[in-house]
Amino acid sequence: MNGGDDILAVEHLSMRFGGIVAVNDLSFAARRNRITALIGPNGAGKTTVFNCITGFYKPSSGSIRLMPAGGGMMRLERLNDFRISKVAKVARTFQNIRLFPGMTALENLMVAQHNMLMRASGFTLLGLLGLPSWRMAERDAIERARSWLGRIGLLARADDAAGNLPYGDQRRLEIARAMCTEPVLLCLDEPAAGLNARESAALNELLLAIRADYGTSILMIEHDMSVVMEISDHIVVLDYGVKIADGSPRAIRDDPKVIAAYLGTDEDTATAVIEGDA
Amino acid sequence: MDYFAQQLINGLVLGSIYGLIAIGYTMVYGIVGMINFAHGDIFMIGGFIALITFLILVSMGLSAVPLILLIVLLVSMAVTAVYGWVVERVAYRPLRHSFRLAPLLSAIGMSFVLSNFSQVTQGAQVKPIPPLITGGHTLHDSGNFAVQLSNIQIVVVVTTIVLLAIFSYMVSRTRFGRDMRACEQDQTMAALLGVDVDRTISMTFVIGAALAAVAGMMYLLYYGLVDFFMGFVAGIKAFTAAVLGGIGSLPGAMLGGLAIGLIETFWSAYFSVEYKDVAAFSILIVVLIFMPTGLLGRPEVEKV
Repeated sequence: MNGGDDILAVEHLSMRFGGIVAVNDLSFAARRNRITALIGPNGAGKTTVFNCITGFYKPSSGSIRLMPAGGGMMRLERLNDFRISKVAKVARTFQNIRLFPGMTALENLMVAQHNMLMRASGFTLLGLLGLPSWRMAERDAIERARSWLGRIGLLARADDAAGNLPYGDQRRLEIARAMCTEPVLLCLDEPAAGLNARESAALNELLLAIRADYGTSILMIEHDMSVVMEISDHIVVLDYGVKIADGSPRAIRDDPKVIAAYLGTDEDTATAVIEGDA
Repeated sequence: MDYFAQQLINGLVLGSIYGLIAIGYTMVYGIVGMINFAHGDIFMIGGFIALITFLILVSMGLSAVPLILLIVLLVSMAVTAVYGWVVERVAYRPLRHSFRLAPLLSAIGMSFVLSNFSQVTQGAQVKPIPPLITGGHTLHDSGNFAVQLSNIQIVVVVTTIVLLAIFSYMVSRTRFGRDMRACEQDQTMAALLGVDVDRTISMTFVIGAALAAVAGMMYLLYYGLVDFFMGFVAGIKAFTAAVLGGIGSLPGAMLGGLAIGLIETFWSAYFSVEYKDVAAFSILIVVLIFMPTGLLGRPEVEKV
């Protein structure tokens, strides 16, 4: 493994729920400044891995190390709650949309800048005094939020309740919100779920732009192969909690083990299917 | 007509006090989904702190009434806020992830603790103070009935309006307000965006307690007395107001407070004083039958 350029290294990760082993001795790395996709059939343990990375589950064993660009290393399995965002700078989205539906699109992006504003307001104390530095920070935060809204084409709907936006817009707003926390690692759980072809093309563009403009490393779970194959630099395939393949999109596409897992057949049949295709 | 106008004024003043307490109920319900039954007693504590501060200031020889009022207001808000913080920290936070009824029971227990604590430390008898704000204006005099607007009534209503303005600015425009609303809608997600949920909940209790303290002080000034038991009835009324307005809705709490205040006052004026509580609660029942989420409540947002 070329450990030098990894942002995230998952090593020997296992997660057991009673007798069920959801993730079994999983090791993989996500490279810095790259898009890594985590794929696999339903129930393969992808979301469990995400939950371990973002502090929802304490892994039964193994380690999850985050190596930010400035050097240093953090053990994510030891952080939880708001520290995942504040200390480790890892952001995540969920399979189902979890915007704050009653708040406006702009406010959703403002909440995500909590930590920055917290520092600027001197942890509320200076803010109470109404010092100019705080007001400036608030203005900067609004500016940043608006630039993200512009980027995802929602500037005109900044003051609409997030819950009233069309589904595809909500998906993009969620990603923009995650980006407003200024993460070093962005974890997306099925960002393309429920999007039509045009919307998933727009999503591809957005993710590529994020990688290009912010250098954010992206780890995503996705079922939509048009998204996975088109934009991932690297794919990790899980089945029954075990890694069955790991490589470039091209290598994964032709891997009989992967096809077997997806079709639910053995490898020989899968090989036959590929050859029949060709 | 004059009699009606007088009752309207009285009702609005009483309603302001209920509304200030009701906001505390509705805020806490919004963010942690529990009814803080100790909130009425926090209001009572606020009244006592105001009384004690007042006595200390007077014994120090201070005599400028506006200055006294200002100091009493700030001290009782600050000290009562500490009570609110401690109650949440000690009685509710450890039970937050327990079964749903646990914090409710803990709240009822806390209510007894606070009222008994006041009874033991301050005594059971009613504590009166001389009227601090006297005088008033006669708005209209028809010969046999004069519509009076006393200065204390003006103080109560103006203070309430100013506080509400500050409070709604805070909720709708500041970082803390956004964090609070975010925690209300999805605590997990708020935490993932870096919001310290525990801290935000603590602050909610602190602010609710500070508003209740103001209500306690207004009650002390308006009725000229406090006692250890006053939190119970006032708390139940304010809770009713919060439910009537739509629990979880901040404007609803104020509206509900005013409604309860007006209903009570008009019922006492035109029918019978004895049945004023019956009237208030009957109207609550009728409203809830036809509008189950209260006047301004929104239906529970289903999380998919």
